[in-house]
Amino acid sequence: MEPEDEIYENGGGEQPPPRSKPIISGEQLDVETYASLYRDRTKVARLLFIADRCDNGAMPLEALRMEALRMAYDEIKKGENTQLFREVVNKIGGMLGDKYEMDAAWCETVDRRAEQKKEKLENELNSYRTNLIKESIRMGYNDFGDFHYAHGALGDAFKSYVRTRDYCTTSKHIISMCMNAILVSIEMGQFTHVTSYVSKAEQSPDALDPITVAKLRCAAGLAHLETKKYKLAARKFLETGPELGSHYNEVIAAQDVATYGGLCALASFDRTELKNKVIDNLNFRNFLELVPEVRELINDFYSSHYASCLEYLGNLKPNLLLDIHLHDHVETLYDQIRHKALIQYTHPFVSVDLRMMANAFKTSVAGLEKELEALITDNQIQARIDSHNKILYARHADQRNATFQRVLQTGSEFDRDVRSMLLRANLIKYDHNLRASRKL
Amino acid sequence: MGSIENLVTQIQGLSGSIDDIAHLHNILKVADESLHAEPSALSSVLDQVDPAKHSLGYLYFLEAFTSGPVSKEQALTLIPILARFINCCDAQQIRFAPDKFVSVCKRFKDHVLLIESPLRGVSPMRAAVRKLQTTSEHLTTLHPDFLLLCLLSKSYNIGLSVLEDDIFDVDQPRDLFLYCYYGGMICIGQKRFRKALELLHNVVTAPMNAINAIAVEAYKKYILVSLIHYGQFSTSLPKYASSAAQRNLKNFCQPYIELATTYSSGKIAEFKIYVDTNREKYDNDKNLGLVKQVVSSMYKHNIQRLTQTYLTLSLQDIANTVQLGSPKEAEMHVLQMIQDGEIFATINQKDGMVRFLEDPEQYKTCQMIEHIDSSIQRIMTLSRKLNAMDELMSYDPLYLSKVGRERQRFDFDDFDTVPQKFPI
Repeated sequence: MEPEDEIYENGGGEQPPPRSKPIISGEQLDVETYASLYRDRTKVARLLFIADRCDNGAMPLEALRMEALRMAYDEIKKGENTQLFREVVNKIGGMLGDKYEMDAAWCETVDRRAEQKKEKLENELNSYRTNLIKESIRMGYNDFGDFHYAHGALGDAFKSYVRTRDYCTTSKHIISMCMNAILVSIEMGQFTHVTSYVSKAEQSPDALDPITVAKLRCAAGLAHLETKKYKLAARKFLETGPELGSHYNEVIAAQDVATYGGLCALASFDRTELKNKVIDNLNFRNFLELVPEVRELINDFYSSHYASCLEYLGNLKPNLLLDIHLHDHVETLYDQIRHKALIQYTHPFVSVDLRMMANAFKTSVAGLEKELEALITDNQIQARIDSHNKILYARHADQRNATFQRVLQTGSEFDRDVRSMLLRANLIKYDHNLRASRKL
Repeated sequence: MGSIENLVTQIQGLSGSIDDIAHLHNILKVADESLHAEPSALSSVLDQVDPAKHSLGYLYFLEAFTSGPVSKEQALTLIPILARFINCCDAQQIRFAPDKFVSVCKRFKDHVLLIESPLRGVSPMRAAVRKLQTTSEHLTTLHPDFLLLCLLSKSYNIGLSVLEDDIFDVDQPRDLFLYCYYGGMICIGQKRFRKALELLHNVVTAPMNAINAIAVEAYKKYILVSLIHYGQFSTSLPKYASSAAQRNLKNFCQPYIELATTYSSGKIAEFKIYVDTNREKYDNDKNLGLVKQVVSSMYKHNIQRLTQTYLTLSLQDIANTVQLGSPKEAEMHVLQMIQDGEIFATINQKDGMVRFLEDPEQYKTCQMIEHIDSSIQRIMTLSRKLNAMDELMSYDPLYLSKVGRERQRFDFDDFDTVPQKFPI
């Protein structure tokens, strides 16, 4: 089966069942380079996600999975999260040799250390609280938040960070609180919080430095993406300045900004917006350089080379399905892009030969006919299909006839409604009179 | 006996001008009791009084004569007498005693039904309706009885001719419900689904304090006709429907609402299965025929949808899309629809292709212009009527007193001359 068929074989928008079909990748994901783009918790989360996705036993994927788990193990060992450590060890299941076994001693040491640190932090916090020194209390809660975050207790971390709000004195404090809250919320997947804290940070009276602005834009873009508001997400990603660089690696890499922004824009923008905001956008060009495939496919779409555009999309798909934020949106975005391509193709013509169109889209005439039928029924294309000769004819509604029809219809509806209204009024009046006469 | 003789002379004497008739009416009202006491004695008297000239008197005699139960044979003799009276009585005179007239006509209807030939009653009832109406917009108690006879005797056309009149004045709400319900059924019988929908809609959304059985039955038919005509049905009643209806109607019509949801899914096989499983319920409500029409309308709506997307389509493809058995069946359906004027198409039998055409109506003919013109006139009259009613309402003392009472007062100086309480 060609990768192309996968695009419209799967149901629109629903998650593919966990790997009942092996992913045929155009370009195998290189786990090391991918992971090197990130750091901290998101690196681990992404690696674990990849491992989960590859979990179906096919040979090339098994290697990928093991590689991901190995790197996750290494990364976790550098941190202090024993919970995650245990998870990873279970998943590895001893298949990577002795070096990657359960290190109970390490776990214990870390846990004990954590207990001690926690006690110390609590004592400090209590003493600060009794002393009522705002700045110290704030830092105390902040440290607590960091501590919880390092140990994987995300809910507690979030609460601690939010508690610092009452003790923030300068706008810098507020911004750092917002950034922390945003980070934890993204990890937890609670994107409503993300949006609210982003707006809070943006309302800060001081001017923010460009890196923070870029970070906030990315966070907002991610929030919109998760809530399926692709147009807003695209706009946010496109507004991200190139200063972002690798400063937000604990959440998102610059390549991701390019990919998410590019795909969302392609799926939701119209032609003028696409040209102005994406193709002519100098800032965004820096991002697109990092993912040349996305750049190519956007240009192909704009210049109507649909076959190659769809081919690039097909190649990218397997890797995108492994992405922690994008995976459940891939199908919807791809469907939208394909529909837009079909509509754009038919737009300039009065009649289109379906065979040529099927060639351009590398699909069969019957399949194409079905897709076009769906689009016509949805009123996205104004045309009609001549199934006998396999031609699509554009159909422009006759305004004059349509107006006459509408006029007559409105007239008769008005007639009917007013008559029944008068009747009802009469009935109510009768009823009222009856009741009035009974009372008297 | 003597008093009756007296009455007869008085009737014959006082049937001239309006004042005389009013005077006569009073006399008759007084004498009514005695008339009812001896019904059998009246049969001879009836010949002495002329139903055309002395309608009021005849009416009183007739009413007293026919009170009480009758057997089939008696009914047979009575019917011609009643029919003759109704056909030739004077409308002005009988309007003095409308209740009596109504009860006489109702008895006539009962007799006709008793001898099981409703057809005999159709024409006299029609005349009765026309005579009792003060204007053509007036709904009398006799309207539903007339429509009932039309339904039972399957003479739908005559029923339709009465239904064409718009109704604005209503005597009794119950008459309206029955009238609209029977009217809806007549229109369904004549396949005038749009008018049927209008009438049934009036029943369902009429103001009512408590739900009644007529509304429930009407709602069931409303669902079915709406599916046949429009291909869709929305379960929400409009805002102006009474709250009793909005809350309760759906509970009584569950099988029909489920039918509507199955219909909207578009799968004919499933729909047919659903209909078969619930066959009995529809049969009990005597709606099975309508339900079958709904099934066939599903094919029609599917084919109509195809005209929007395709210019030409092979019969095989139509059969597949609409889930028909074979291209032959598809051809039959399409042919039927072309003949009924529901779609515009040509069938090319050699290729097995159907070519869908645009609606050829160009809105340029004289008839169309006349049609538009008459519609405009009609709507202007309706607007005027609406305005008149609005004005009337704003002089109404009851309305003013209610509005005046509830008005906000902004400060003590803000007093209008509308008093709080209006002595009626």
